[in-house]
Amino acid sequence: MDFLVFQYPMITLQACLDGILLGVLFALIAYGMALQWGVMNIINIAQGDLVILGGYIAYFMYLYGIHPAWGVIVAPVIMYFVGIAIYKLVINKVVDRDLFISILATFGISILFMQLMNFAFGADVVLANSGYGTTMLFDNNVVLPNSKIFSAFISIVFAVCLVIYMKKSKLGRAIRATAQNARAAKILGVDTEKVYAATFGINAALCGVAGALISITFTIHPYMGLPYTIRSFMIVIVAGLGNLPGVAMSGMGLGVFEEFADYILGTEFRIGSVFLLLVLILVYRRFKLSRKREYLK
Amino acid sequence: MRLNKIILSFVSALIILFSTSVASFAKVVGDKIILGAAISLTGKYSSNGVHTQNGYNMAVDRINSMGGVKVGGKTYKFDIIYYDDESNPKRAAQLAERLISQDGVEFMLGPYSSGLTKAIAPVTEKYGVPMVEANGASRSLFTKGYKYLFAVLAPANLYLDVAIETAVELNGGKPVRIAQAFEQDAFSQDVRLGILDAAERTGSKIIIDDKLPKELNDMAATLVKVKQMKPDVLVVSGHTKGALTAIRQIAEMKVDVPMLAMTHCDAAKLSKQHGKNSQYALCASQWHKSLTYKDDFFKDGMTYAADFEKEFGYDPPYQSAESSAALLVFKDAFERANSFDQKKVRDALAATNMQTFYGNIKFAPGGQNVDKPMVLFQVMCDASGSCENKVVAPLKWASAKLIHPIPKWSER
Repeated sequence: MDFLVFQYPMITLQACLDGILLGVLFALIAYGMALQWGVMNIINIAQGDLVILGGYIAYFMYLYGIHPAWGVIVAPVIMYFVGIAIYKLVINKVVDRDLFISILATFGISILFMQLMNFAFGADVVLANSGYGTTMLFDNNVVLPNSKIFSAFISIVFAVCLVIYMKKSKLGRAIRATAQNARAAKILGVDTEKVYAATFGINAALCGVAGALISITFTIHPYMGLPYTIRSFMIVIVAGLGNLPGVAMSGMGLGVFEEFADYILGTEFRIGSVFLLLVLILVYRRFKLSRKREYLK
Repeated sequence: MRLNKIILSFVSALIILFSTSVASFAKVVGDKIILGAAISLTGKYSSNGVHTQNGYNMAVDRINSMGGVKVGGKTYKFDIIYYDDESNPKRAAQLAERLISQDGVEFMLGPYSSGLTKAIAPVTEKYGVPMVEANGASRSLFTKGYKYLFAVLAPANLYLDVAIETAVELNGGKPVRIAQAFEQDAFSQDVRLGILDAAERTGSKIIIDDKLPKELNDMAATLVKVKQMKPDVLVVSGHTKGALTAIRQIAEMKVDVPMLAMTHCDAAKLSKQHGKNSQYALCASQWHKSLTYKDDFFKDGMTYAADFEKEFGYDPPYQSAESSAALLVFKDAFERANSFDQKKVRDALAATNMQTFYGNIKFAPGGQNVDKPMVLFQVMCDASGSCENKVVAPLKWASAKLIHPIPKWSER
């Protein structure tokens, strides 16, 4: 354990900024998860694998000489249809069943995706170079790669667009109605089947955007999806469903927490500390709920 | 009806008898010596698994076409039974069991990676099957007292200690300050042990000692520490993802460090994926095509590389070269043993002392190759941005002079 953070004050600032930029990206993935969890009551274990698939789309554009930033536009379009296809093939058969069945089904999809990506793209670790430079602050003591800033910015743009879409558009209203009460929405003429498909598609599209951004900022690999699933699961658990500002805040909070855990406890405890936090939050929530004697479905 | 039954059972009995008798002769069938190998053809190690398989195949073809193996006055040819271990240690151990007890294989070639070799070694040891492996470098493989395991490569703890010694030398013999970040797997942790030894030997101090997670794709926190504490050497080992992540973030965060030493640079295709950003990185390698070792089958490294490229369409990484060398070792041992008795072949392997295009091979009692030093190459780029790996240490094979310290980002 060391206390570099306290010896070098600039590290504190760097950790906060790194954490926030990282957290915004996680929040985008988590938002997709929260959306479909809220609407369809499905926990998508394949979330991270959809992200990686999005990353490969950007990577292949880069390979063919197109700037990978365009992946932010192309990946969600392709991934939307991938999402719809997954819904039609698998998810619609488990959507009304209990949570356990859907976890199993999406777990299966996750394994299938990993193997298919490995088969199609190979097991090499790859990345797409954006060629964006670096922003230096405070006499070069704080460095922010522009690719990270770009990622955070794009994530925010997509999140804001989605919020507006959910509020204003017909489909958005239908999605929200279905989330509140699927049966009532159906009675009032909402085609819930269509809503479910669209929700899953939108989630996959968000994963596509995040994946493209990850291929620009970090690296991608067919077996790297699970950490993203776990992180977004965590963010949703902390924030609660249908709480977008909560998702954004908990995403950034988690990012900053991870960075500090890294500096204070050591890199090896980075992921572990996140799990510890999750356990603490769940225990706390349970404690709070039992005192409130709330009715839970 | 009854007659049918009798015929049926007779035929099945024949089939069973036939299949078991084939199995018991499987080590050498006709003029073929059959070797077994479980290799990662799918799963996360599949790229390196394929490099390994290509290396094996290349050597089998070459040895067979140049007269094969002469044992007891008769000429034999090599053949390999492959199974896909799916990059999974449990599966690898099962397949080793299957190769030995069902297919009757009596001589094995190693899989890819230290982890999988660790899974297979107890099985081959149990059955007394000699295994020559080319892709498991973890030190722990050679401290278990295995008698039937032979590795043509240098153990993992020797990968980067040359770098520390070079840094101390360039520092006028004075100790250096080391920052290190290693993935938490058997191989990388062994590389780390090597650095700790080297640090102790030279009196150097380790000021950053990070352990990276298995799913690593972000090491910004480590690099921020490096930026603030300004070590003399930064050592990174985390397979291909470690090498790629390090270079990407060092370039993006403009981290200045006088020496950067890594593993897995060529497997990561570092200079291809990162171009000029990878310049000046020092990389540990088991082999480089410019080394001047020679043998009768592949001549030398350059010829091997050219032949390999012709056959498989890419420049051979060291994983392929060492795999080819494993077959040369087997051939040599069979001929010296002049027998297919597993014990005799094992003793012949233990007494191996030969030169191949890949390097000298001589096994220590633990099974590791002690006669082949690691080489360090440095990524060097020209003005047009095309990069090449040039050997800089040991001096005997150096084709270029080490550039040290690495120029600052502001001056590049």
